[in-house]
Amino acid sequence: MHEQAMNFLFPNDFHIMWSLMIVLYPYITGLVAGAFIVSSLYHVFGRSELKPVARLSMVASLSFLLVATMPLLAHLGHPERALNIVITPHFTSAMSAFGMIYGIYLILVIVEIWLIYRKEIIELAMRSTGFKRWFFAAVALGVYDISDESRAIDHRIIVVLAAVGIPAASILHGYVGFMFGSVKANAFWSTPLMPIIFLFSAVTSGIAMIVVLYIILTKLNSRQIAGDCVQSLAQWLWLFATLTVTLELLEIVSLSYAQDEEWLIVGPLIRDKIAVSFIGIQMIFGSLIPFILLGIVVLMRRYLTDTLRTVISFIAASILLIQVFAMRWNVVIGGQIFSKSGIGFRENYVPELGGREGVGMALLIVTIPFLVMLLFNKFLPLTPPPEGQVDAGE
Amino acid sequence: MSRDTRRNDFTRRDFLATAAKGAGALGLVVFGGGFAFVSANTVKSRTGETIGPFEYDPTKHEYLYLIDVSKCIGCGSCVRACERENDVPRHYFRTLVERYHVSRHGRVYADSPNGGRDGFDAKDIDADITKSFFVPKLCNHCTNTPCAQLCPVGASFVSPEGLVLVDEERCIGCSYCVQACPYGSRFIHPVTHTASKCTLCCHRLSKGLTTACVQNCPTGARRLGDSKAVGDEVVEIIATSNVRLLKPELHTEPKCYYVNCSQEVR
Repeated sequence: MHEQAMNFLFPNDFHIMWSLMIVLYPYITGLVAGAFIVSSLYHVFGRSELKPVARLSMVASLSFLLVATMPLLAHLGHPERALNIVITPHFTSAMSAFGMIYGIYLILVIVEIWLIYRKEIIELAMRSTGFKRWFFAAVALGVYDISDESRAIDHRIIVVLAAVGIPAASILHGYVGFMFGSVKANAFWSTPLMPIIFLFSAVTSGIAMIVVLYIILTKLNSRQIAGDCVQSLAQWLWLFATLTVTLELLEIVSLSYAQDEEWLIVGPLIRDKIAVSFIGIQMIFGSLIPFILLGIVVLMRRYLTDTLRTVISFIAASILLIQVFAMRWNVVIGGQIFSKSGIGFRENYVPELGGREGVGMALLIVTIPFLVMLLFNKFLPLTPPPEGQVDAGE
Repeated sequence: MSRDTRRNDFTRRDFLATAAKGAGALGLVVFGGGFAFVSANTVKSRTGETIGPFEYDPTKHEYLYLIDVSKCIGCGSCVRACERENDVPRHYFRTLVERYHVSRHGRVYADSPNGGRDGFDAKDIDADITKSFFVPKLCNHCTNTPCAQLCPVGASFVSPEGLVLVDEERCIGCSYCVQACPYGSRFIHPVTHTASKCTLCCHRLSKGLTTACVQNCPTGARRLGDSKAVGDEVVEIIATSNVRLLKPELHTEPKCYYVNCSQEVR
């Protein structure tokens, strides 16, 4: 009786407004930003051991960027008016910056990929006949200069773009976090830590995706997995996952310790309503286990074989991909489970299978980037040219 | 008489007679319509006197809303009136009434079945209840409004008279404003798929009428004021009484004030 009586929702608060699609959106943009950072670690910070994944991470970033708007369109009440955000932006809204940030970032990624693949594109144009030749000649923009000097210039531009891309990727994802963090009406979202948490978890998910993709792709191509590359990725992953989880815990610990009014609703939310997805999946399964696994890879490197380290890294990265998705779920859905009354909870949200905002649509949206990557790989290799053919452009 | 014969009997004289009648009827409609238009603007003002033709200048008004919690009897007339006046879909609310029971130990039992639309049944609570009251709620038409601030396309806006409104033609239905409203005043309309909320009956205000909820409150628990009107009684009460706002810590600067409102109200 008491529990029921205490549960009071504002009458308009019975509906979950932001569905699985809005969980998916920050997840996808996170993968975009994170994958880009991996590429920049190679291009800007000279981590040459990451060369095997530099191209893959750029193309993965672009592939996911292409579908980033899809969950939003599936969610909007009036998707046909979506372009209003770009045409008539209301600049006091964080969301209005979307068009600009997305547009700039898209151009940046496409130009960088074009420069990286320029040599291959020209070679393809010269080798092919008919439509294919015409197509790749158009993609090459009619410039056929692949002299060493020309590639050196390309390389310098790539470094600049990759460097500019770091703040661009940070803004792209930081702004997604800001969209939640700036909603002062919501006790669970409203924290300046939110953009930072989103940013670090984005990098974590991006690196994790590249680890998984690289290992699968190399196995499929029956190539040798570069142990140094996986080892380096595992180290970065360990660092960023640790930072992410620290920040996530810090937010909760601060709320709990300060015993602010927010904790009156956030406490029961975490303990009762999202205990499985937050404590179980996000924290214990998703954070603690990969932390231990990656710790083994990083700290016990000399005692383990390459194969074993690759297997452990693969498992840890896969779990971290689930962890970041769980984090997005807990923020977006968890933040809507309680009413603005501060003393009531809705029924738990279970996404529908079909429909515009259902599980089927989510799977479709996530599948598209992989199809794009497969298509891309048919013409331009996602993995670098075999050793010995060092390209000045990279 | 067959149909053909009837048509043949229709002489030129009949035609002229019918045409004259038609012209007369048309003139009556035009004249009557004009009269109706004038009379629509000749209405009773909030203070009771007949005024008109009414000219409305939004810049000369800034509305305030005053709720006396001690006067609300939870009859739900306001909710039903709002529903009729604004065609509010069922199970969504532009205004609503909440009921609070507070025990001696400060435990709060709140409810609002169907937004208080149909009144309240007696509730059996196994606790030492020391105070009970009804609290009418509506959009606070905040001055520092978070919802209009974060609308990405400017579909949510603040009107010259300080009302927070939604342009249904521009709204993209992203629900961001619904998330941002600390008071649960907004919802996505299930038919139009756009944000919807209390307009403070601006269509009535612009004709010199008061809101449907104020009009239909039998006890005077709800009152409308205008801070730009000279000698406004509601403004005077707000200035001189112990009034409170909802969630003042969020600094949204609501224009909806409460008197005799216990601190348990959220």
